[in-house]
Amino acid sequence: MAELSYREAVAAGIAQEMERDPNVVFLGEDVGEAGGVFKATVGLLERFGPKRVRDTPISEEAILGTAMGAAMTGLRPVAEIMFSDFLAVCWDYVANQIAKTRYMTHGQFSFPLVIRTANGGGSRFGAQHSQSVENWAMAVPGIKVVAPSTPADVKGLLAAAIRDPDPVLFFEHKSLYATRGEVPAGEHVESLGTARILRRGEHITIAALAAMVPRSLAAAEILAREHGISATVIDVRSLVPLDTRTLLEETRATGRLFTVEENPRLCGWGAELASIVMEECFYDLDQPVIRITTPHIPLPSTDVLEDAVIPSVERIVQEVRKGVDFR
Amino acid sequence: MTHGSPSAATDELTPQAVRLRIYRMLVETRVCEKRISDLFLQNLVKGTSHLALGQEAVAAGVAAAMEKDDYSFLTFRGHHHVIARGASMKGVLGEMMGRECGLMAGKGGSMHLSDAKLNIMASYAILGSQLAIACGAGWSAQYRGTRQATVAFFGDGTANLGAFHESLNLAAVWKLPVLFICENNLYGEYTATHRVTAVEHPAADRAAGYGLERIVIDGNDADAVYQTARRALAKARAGDGPSLIECLTYRQSGHSRADPAAYRPKGELEEWLERDPLTTYRRRMLELGFDEAQLEQIEIETQQTVDRATEEAKASPPSPVSLAFQDVWADGGIAWRN
Ligand SMILES: Cc1ncc(C[n+]2csc(CCOP(=O)(O)OP(=O)(O)O)c2C)c(N)n1
Ligand SMILES: [Mg+2]
Repeated sequence: MAELSYREAVAAGIAQEMERDPNVVFLGEDVGEAGGVFKATVGLLERFGPKRVRDTPISEEAILGTAMGAAMTGLRPVAEIMFSDFLAVCWDYVANQIAKTRYMTHGQFSFPLVIRTANGGGSRFGAQHSQSVENWAMAVPGIKVVAPSTPADVKGLLAAAIRDPDPVLFFEHKSLYATRGEVPAGEHVESLGTARILRRGEHITIAALAAMVPRSLAAAEILAREHGISATVIDVRSLVPLDTRTLLEETRATGRLFTVEENPRLCGWGAELASIVMEECFYDLDQPVIRITTPHIPLPSTDVLEDAVIPSVERIVQEVRKGVDFR
Repeated sequence: MTHGSPSAATDELTPQAVRLRIYRMLVETRVCEKRISDLFLQNLVKGTSHLALGQEAVAAGVAAAMEKDDYSFLTFRGHHHVIARGASMKGVLGEMMGRECGLMAGKGGSMHLSDAKLNIMASYAILGSQLAIACGAGWSAQYRGTRQATVAFFGDGTANLGAFHESLNLAAVWKLPVLFICENNLYGEYTATHRVTAVEHPAADRAAGYGLERIVIDGNDADAVYQTARRALAKARAGDGPSLIECLTYRQSGHSRADPAAYRPKGELEEWLERDPLTTYRRRMLELGFDEAQLEQIEIETQQTVDRATEEAKASPPSPVSLAFQDVWADGGIAWRN
């Protein structure tokens, strides 16, 4: 085991795969010489050279188009889109091109590529640099969607995403870059499509993603200590493929599901989970599914306002206490 | 009508054998495209189709200059390129008609023709995207150290999209072995491109912005296209970077089957029909001393090939419904959950 920061784990994951497979290449804005605006890719240029680690012009369409064309001709590119908000600028490549061309061509081409991007709020950057857009991606058939919450998962899931034969949109959370955690030494690869149970409780099940995972864990501690509510906490980790087996099992076990989502309310990923739970284990539920989300608003910038809208530990505790029904 | 001064003159001669190949491609694309049009009128073509009648010389000239393992990236108006690169006519016609024998078994349709076996790296229907994707194929060939070149086609209207500019810049900076070939047919859908474009030549007049040579050629002259493409391909293979080539041509039919092209000025079509790429090439070959019987032989053979392909495609069953539930993922399936 070694302790790494979430941002160091990004570079460690890419380096592990570049070391293993000469077809893995990496491109993006400011990723090489500058080591990334979040310093998540420091050292890769020095280690693997400018042929494999390429600084691009500020051209999001060209970045994703280039990654796609390289993937369909034998390389395994990792492309960085600096902020996930910028995906809107090149969404054509995600939603129309990369996700669909295998299907449209009757399986003639493969797209083994990863799009890494910094997602989420908490940095006071305002409405165009703070969004959680994982639910946009989840709505597109043909692209896998992953969002790790710990350094170990950053490395392991990133490695899995790079090895995966399908395109993966990999959401790193900006407010987690500085967090630290144990990462297994040596080669570390996780598997996509598996949720992780972080804590078991008997009353409620909380499903969370990315930065909402540590907040849900902290909330679960308070709920247990101060309010006598014991919670199972699941880190969903991967929205596509979705580990519905774990979700259903853990929901059945407590009879109560809460989702904690950073995305704005409408069509957030929790709505899909709620619908699955409703269709498949309705009679095991003791109460309605409750979604704790950011309201359906653009994100405000200043700390007071941003903290008031993104689910916080306090708000999770509050909403669980308000919503839990022990009748 | 805007005629650029053809800057790439037909200075070298096209070899005889190549001329015959080009002629066959011209005839094949013309006859096949006309057949698609007929099938559409018989209600046998599903969806829409965008014909390239009148633009065949661009496809034939470029395809004749390419190597087998070079990559092609095409647009929704791509039938002619697919045929010129040697795809099965049965596969093309079958795709139009939604048959199991179609190039993509009916899953792509007329706008997405592709054939991985021939490095026809798909046809794209969101304007401009193919240019950025082609950069990736070019980068990949450069990275892997092959001599493969990549050719991406686009229309005059597409030169006003961001993807065009991003792709040209990246390709120039990375010296990618990519040819960006504009088929300037004067219109983007129903709008004359000069009405909405700041420069006379939508592609070539932007070349300087990317440090590239300004190249405008007669896109109805298959020899000019062939020779220009050959030089650009040699440059790409030598590691000297991309080329941007604007071919002046004309689409003789409407934008799609729904378009009677009433917006054309009177006489414009007639003027361009006089410069039809097929008839002018045939005339040139006769002037150069080719035996007319040899050309007729090509015409007869092609007619037979297209007739046979039509019958075979018609006889092919419709795409089986099971195909709808395949190939979202590399494992062949569509599962998004366990
Ligand atoms: C991004 C995008 N915008 C608009 C369209 C609709 N559209 C399809 S073809 C076309 C005209 C394209 O003109 P041009 O690039 O000159 O190609 P041509 O049709 O002449 O071959 C338009 C506007 C589209 N498919 N994609
Ligand atoms: Mg046009």
